[in-house]
Amino acid sequence: MEPNLATYLGLSGILFTIGAVGVIYKRNAIGMFMCIELMLNAVNLTFVAFARHYGDVTGQLFVFMVMAVAACEAAIGLGIFISFFRNKISVDVDDASILKN
Amino acid sequence: MVTPLFFLFAGLSIACAISLVYHKNPLYSAISLVGVFISLACIYITLAAPFIAAVQVLVYAGAIMVLVLFVIMLLNLDEDKPLTQLRYLYAVGAVFGVTLLAQTFFIFYAVSKTPNTSIPNTESGLTMSIGKAMYTEYLLPVEIVGIMLLMAIVGSVIMSRHLSQTQIELVKAKEDFEAFQERNDY
Repeated sequence: MEPNLATYLGLSGILFTIGAVGVIYKRNAIGMFMCIELMLNAVNLTFVAFARHYGDVTGQLFVFMVMAVAACEAAIGLGIFISFFRNKISVDVDDASILKN
Repeated sequence: MVTPLFFLFAGLSIACAISLVYHKNPLYSAISLVGVFISLACIYITLAAPFIAAVQVLVYAGAIMVLVLFVIMLLNLDEDKPLTQLRYLYAVGAVFGVTLLAQTFFIFYAVSKTPNTSIPNTESGLTMSIGKAMYTEYLLPVEIVGIMLLMAIVGSVIMSRHLSQTQIELVKAKEDFEAFQERNDY
């Protein structure tokens, strides 16, 4: 079976599903962050597969933009985790409840 | 030639993704995520996108994962605790996952049934054509991404800056002094 567009989309969908379920199951902020990165990568795979399918370079450019957004997200997100860890001595999302009540 | 490589790396990426969600220790999760990134880079090469594959290894597997590993080791995290409150999230996650998987199989089925209309073009993945499109047609988005990266640098510096109590008092005293001066100017 030659890999075609459908196989690439299927792989991307499976990776996205694993990432989305991981975001719900993980209680650790850094684990959730890594699952979000996995979902971004699944979407990147879709972009590259469509770029190959239509012979157009635009999809690969969008992958580049997504990577830049992921880099910004990593820098800011990890800064937030560090300042959260200073206050709570954990990065468990269940502890982030000071806005409750 | 491409087919066995694709299925090898597809299986590897799915296995690493499952191990990322399965492991409780964030360090093991991070190593699994590196595996996903590397196997996805190999899949990009089978899709005739060598530039994206190189950027994937450099930016994702290199820069971002080193940052994540630094933070994990700096914070010296414990193992992930199981859900104590919000137990219904297990059910929500299961339903959500099954729905997404069903959608994935539907897309796989629908796309494989449509007639093949692909336009074979071996030129599309070359670095030169990407650079040409980036600096002519898509110049404005590239500039916006540059500004966004600058904002992220400033934001992360401000976010993780830590002022001691004496420094906070110094800043407050300076603000009070400036307000006092302004009042005297009137």
